[in-house]
Amino acid sequence: MSTHENMTLHLKIWRQNGPDSKGHFEDHTMDEVNPHMSFLEMLDLLNERLMQNGKQPIEFDHDCREGICGSCNLVINGIPHGPEMRTAACQLHMRKFNDGETVTIEPWRAKAFPIIKDLVVDRDAFDRIQAAGGFVSTRTGSMVDANAIPISKEAADKSMDYAVCIGCGACVAACPNSSASLFTGAKIAQFAKLPQGAPERKRRVVAMVEQMEKEGFGDCSNYAECEAVCPVGISISAIAEMRKEYVKALF
Amino acid sequence: MSSLQLLQTSVGRKLLTGITGILLTLFLVAHLAGNLTLFAPDGGVAFNLYADFLHNLGPILIIFEIVLIVLFLLHAYIGISIYRGRKKARPENYTYYKSQGGPSKQDFASKTMIYTGLVILLFVVLHVLHFKYNFFIPHETTTLEGREMIDLAYHVEKAFLNPWITIAYSVVMVLIGLHLKHGVWSAFISLGAGNPKLTALLYTIGIIVAILLAAGFLIIPIYIFLNGGL
Ligand code: FES
Repeated sequence: MSTHENMTLHLKIWRQNGPDSKGHFEDHTMDEVNPHMSFLEMLDLLNERLMQNGKQPIEFDHDCREGICGSCNLVINGIPHGPEMRTAACQLHMRKFNDGETVTIEPWRAKAFPIIKDLVVDRDAFDRIQAAGGFVSTRTGSMVDANAIPISKEAADKSMDYAVCIGCGACVAACPNSSASLFTGAKIAQFAKLPQGAPERKRRVVAMVEQMEKEGFGDCSNYAECEAVCPVGISISAIAEMRKEYVKALF
Repeated sequence: MSSLQLLQTSVGRKLLTGITGILLTLFLVAHLAGNLTLFAPDGGVAFNLYADFLHNLGPILIIFEIVLIVLFLLHAYIGISIYRGRKKARPENYTYYKSQGGPSKQDFASKTMIYTGLVILLFVVLHVLHFKYNFFIPHETTTLEGREMIDLAYHVEKAFLNPWITIAYSVVMVLIGLHLKHGVWSAFISLGAGNPKLTALLYTIGIIVAILLAAGFLIIPIYIFLNGGL
């Protein structure tokens, strides 16, 4: 692992013009890669060079570049968000790679996440799952007094463990079945742990699971690969929580 | 949605897979307990009496058999349909794909669930034909406690003196162990065992159950074969 010297990398990057066109891998050799660059900065540099040569830059999604928005969807060397655990692609540094290494970059692959262009996929399916039930119905207006609903620290912490989901979709991308169970489970579990979530719990889990199904995500086989690639480390227990909620809705 | 419709969604299917899986595993435990009576030092008398007791249960036995068949077929049907759904959910596969490791439970056992499952499906059909309907061996009877009954111990002994049957049977028992290694843990998660601190423990329990059951079922054919009889 180099830490100071600039590196040369051989990139194999997926290029695809639109949702229905056929894609292919394009090879680029990148020299002068500073090991302190982030993975996205390395791609910025590549795009600059491509544009200088009159070529089309590679489309990739990004926004916050600090691991909280969930838009940097890259499958790097076969793993969503790359080789470093609990790290979004934008937080991955080039020092994690070796000089002369071949690095492959593919988009999320799932029917429910159609490719828009190159590495950018459409994740609206997640928004629709969220809109189906990932909320609490409450009176708007002046804010409720902070201590009006007592919530134990334990419950708040548990809820937060699931609420940290940034909705990036790596769980779907990594799942051999393309299941959205970790995402949907986290969005359900965060409410299941709080008193505010209780009144609508049955309706919520049924609606969100139904929507997940409609979007064309696959079934879960408890591979837990989702947990391994989740940039915020959400445990597969989110999926178990979703099932517990579902059992409650059955009766 | 009605409860019946709710059981047909992906989460509902998973609940059914988990429940049927656990019940089938419990059946295996009971089955193994019965088999181990072969080792009673009485030349198979205890085993034959136990088999005869089951045969004489009449309608209870039939109900039990029907429930078992339903559990088994439902479990297999859902498993196959989950596998078939994969291609639909990801029409274009990755060129490069790798497991992240760490908490991932992707291993040989979990990735081959569909294959070990299909082999078990085929095995169960043959196994029932073999030992329940005496499809492959002539019917032998014995008289114990004044009653004539099937000499099942003799059937078992005869089967496992044959090297091919012993090998095939042993291979399948290892595959059942593999299926259980992922299956037992998976069933817990499917049924909502949500405590993150427990998942590691549940996985270990799954491995122990898998090893114990596979080893238990393996001892009988291997012992008979190596010992040249019971
Ligand atoms: S760009 Fe926002 S999480 Fe990576």
